[in-house]
Amino acid sequence: MTIMTDPPKGSFRLSMLLNDTRYRSLTLQAIAAFLLALVIFYLANNVVTNLARLGLNISFDFLGAPAGYDINQRLIEYTSQSSNFRAALVGILNTLLVAVLACAMATIFGVVAGVLRLSNNWLVSKLMAVYVEIFRNIPVLIWILIIYGIMTVVLPAPNSFRGDNATSTMFLGISAFTNRGVYLPGPEFSRIFGDTGILSAGIGWLVAIAILIGSYFGARTVTKRATRIQEATGIRPATTLVNLAIWFVPLIVFFIITGLGFEIPELKGFNFKGGVKIGAPLIAIWFALSIYTGAFIAENVRAGIQAVSKGQTEAAGALGIRPGRIMSLVVLPQALRVIIPPLISNYLNITKNSSLAILVGYADVTATLGGITLNQTGRAIECIVLLMLFYLIISLTISGVVNVYNNSIKLKER
Amino acid sequence: MSDTHAHANSVAFVRTETVPQAAPPSNAAGPAKWVKDNLFAGVGNSILTILAFLVIYLILAKTMPWLLNGIWDAPSLSACREILNGATGGCFAVLSERWNQLLFGFKYPSELYWRPALAFAMLFAAAAPVLFFDLPRKLLIFTGLYPFIAFWLIWGGPVFYPAMALIGIIVAYKVFARLEKQSFALAMGAGVLAAFVVWYIASFLGDDGQGGRRVEALFAISLEAVPSRDLGGFMLNMMLGVTCVSLSLPLGIALALGRQSSMPLIKYVCVIFIEFIRGVPLITLLFVANVMLGYFFPPGAGVDLFIRVVIMITLFSAAYIAEVIRGGLAALPKGQYEAADSLGLDYAQATRLIILPQALKISIPGIVNVAVGLFKDTTLVSVISMFDLVGMIRGPILASTDWNGVYWELFCFAALLFFIVCYGISQYSQWLERRLATEHR
Repeated sequence: MTIMTDPPKGSFRLSMLLNDTRYRSLTLQAIAAFLLALVIFYLANNVVTNLARLGLNISFDFLGAPAGYDINQRLIEYTSQSSNFRAALVGILNTLLVAVLACAMATIFGVVAGVLRLSNNWLVSKLMAVYVEIFRNIPVLIWILIIYGIMTVVLPAPNSFRGDNATSTMFLGISAFTNRGVYLPGPEFSRIFGDTGILSAGIGWLVAIAILIGSYFGARTVTKRATRIQEATGIRPATTLVNLAIWFVPLIVFFIITGLGFEIPELKGFNFKGGVKIGAPLIAIWFALSIYTGAFIAENVRAGIQAVSKGQTEAAGALGIRPGRIMSLVVLPQALRVIIPPLISNYLNITKNSSLAILVGYADVTATLGGITLNQTGRAIECIVLLMLFYLIISLTISGVVNVYNNSIKLKER
Repeated sequence: MSDTHAHANSVAFVRTETVPQAAPPSNAAGPAKWVKDNLFAGVGNSILTILAFLVIYLILAKTMPWLLNGIWDAPSLSACREILNGATGGCFAVLSERWNQLLFGFKYPSELYWRPALAFAMLFAAAAPVLFFDLPRKLLIFTGLYPFIAFWLIWGGPVFYPAMALIGIIVAYKVFARLEKQSFALAMGAGVLAAFVVWYIASFLGDDGQGGRRVEALFAISLEAVPSRDLGGFMLNMMLGVTCVSLSLPLGIALALGRQSSMPLIKYVCVIFIEFIRGVPLITLLFVANVMLGYFFPPGAGVDLFIRVVIMITLFSAAYIAEVIRGGLAALPKGQYEAADSLGLDYAQATRLIILPQALKISIPGIVNVAVGLFKDTTLVSVISMFDLVGMIRGPILASTDWNGVYWELFCFAALLFFIVCYGISQYSQWLERRLATEHR
């Protein structure tokens, strides 16, 4: 005779809250929630008491008030009469500018150093190892200060370019490297858009970017058609010349129509005028972040390439694929799977480290919103909360992108 | 027999023994082959080699005269330039003249330098048993005592406070060890409670409520007190680095376990905390420490800047360490968790005996990376006007009339100090990885 019993349905006892695994996690969470609420209440209570004692309140009105300070590095219109909000916006754009520039350059440094470190050439691979170790093991802050030092101490002042026996000459006659920054020839449109200020030039560049995007889709269509024909007939039509034409002809035509020219910087008064000025602080922070993060990216690239097993290359060779195509079709796609996630986290680090720009006086968002605005208005809590919010949004956006990417490249296993 | 002999005679010459092995051609062995294979294998490779030599030559040509021709003894930059008399050369005299300032800051009383120096020397003794497992375990006792000794040496003041803090922790540990067999959570709670009881008694003895001391005799043994705003130089970097790494490790483990927890409330609190901290730059957290954190303490608490900075940097690195350890936990095969369960271990036992030892071993390289990054990040405190090594250089030394303009010597010195420490740590971690590799190869 078998005895089938249900689990005891007995009445609920208080001790079950602690001893029964069904309820224990609820009990623990309730205790945790209570403690958390207690801590939050304690902290909030302290903040309220302290603010009341100091006669302060929380208010974001200061964002609308005139900022009252100048920013010399800016991408949008800004005067000292503009609002604090606009100053913060200038700072945000400057942060994004230096982050994008540094990400691009760090990638170049990192890929070159990472590939060269795997080179058969003993001297080059050791040299790259030294580069990686030196730059990884010294704080980025010291690198920023050293490169800023090179910019301001070593490079000549603008007035040494003056006169008949000037001590410095312009590089190739078109650009000047001075301790206030680098002056490069600036592209400008002389015809259709006229010289109605920066806005029309901006429209010109937007049109140029639109043309490039159009070229990209054009080139992609051509490549897809070639693949289709290859799959149908086995013969791939030549696409290189057509693609080159699609990329360059429309752009060149556009530049000829609008009369693209270059404005060469000239020494006027105490400083260079005209052309494009890249300030010393921007160069210092840009270059320092790139070369520092480049060392980390080099290690990622090396690890990624080494992670592809040698059997893959050999198998591809056994199938009769040519070495160049082995690299592009077999090794790189697998290496990129390893390289890209840490690469993006390095981009994130660049964005966060760009906040060190405050050290060399580059007006990024930490320097405007978290620096001068904070000091002038005394609204510490509001400024810092907004500042953190900005970085948080950037970080979460980028990590969202990484997650989407990781899911898309995940090995499709059963 | 004679036939063969005759046959042999008919041939001009027959070698009867093997020829001794000849040495390989000079270009197929030895240094020449190495050079050919590693430096000049092909046109592209040769060009790379020549470029690399050029780069090395340029770097050495710029730095060697500057290094070798350096002046190590001069009272100021102008005196230095006079001695050099137009020749190229570094003015390293600033390092010898400001050596103490670079290491200890400009306010630390100079007659007390032996105290942080002694604490620094003892750091090696304290760290050794943690870093090298082969040393006798008894030495860990000194490691446990070290924080209190170092605190007392660096800050000074009556020995009563660090001693009572130590006694509190010893009592807590004794209570914990006694109750651990019954329940881990109960033992933890009782231990914490015991520590607070001891500390309450200590504060009762120390403070009579009117700013005086109840038992004056307890304060007899005392070193001259140094306020923490007088700390500076490389000492400050070392202190911040060591303190924050050791504090953030347990916090990071707790956060990582919390993030893996099956309880949604605890899990999401940990996730939000970690993602928030990792999403903002350290410098904004230091701003918080500088101008905002004071609001979170009760009115009049007056927690000093050093402690506020330690709190923020610890939270910062704890979030990163938590992510590293989460990676280690995720890398453990599921069978380990299931095996622990099937042995009948509860959560605390399984975590302590089965899961964490393996997960931490996997995470060692990552943890060391975080530690090195954190140590480098301690230079950021110079932004909120603390005078660490970089703060000393940018502030008092470069601003002084004697040394205004000495730029490279100082920053290269700072870079060298950080390089030595960080490179040393990363070499140690590689050694440790090899040491802990238990699988067959």
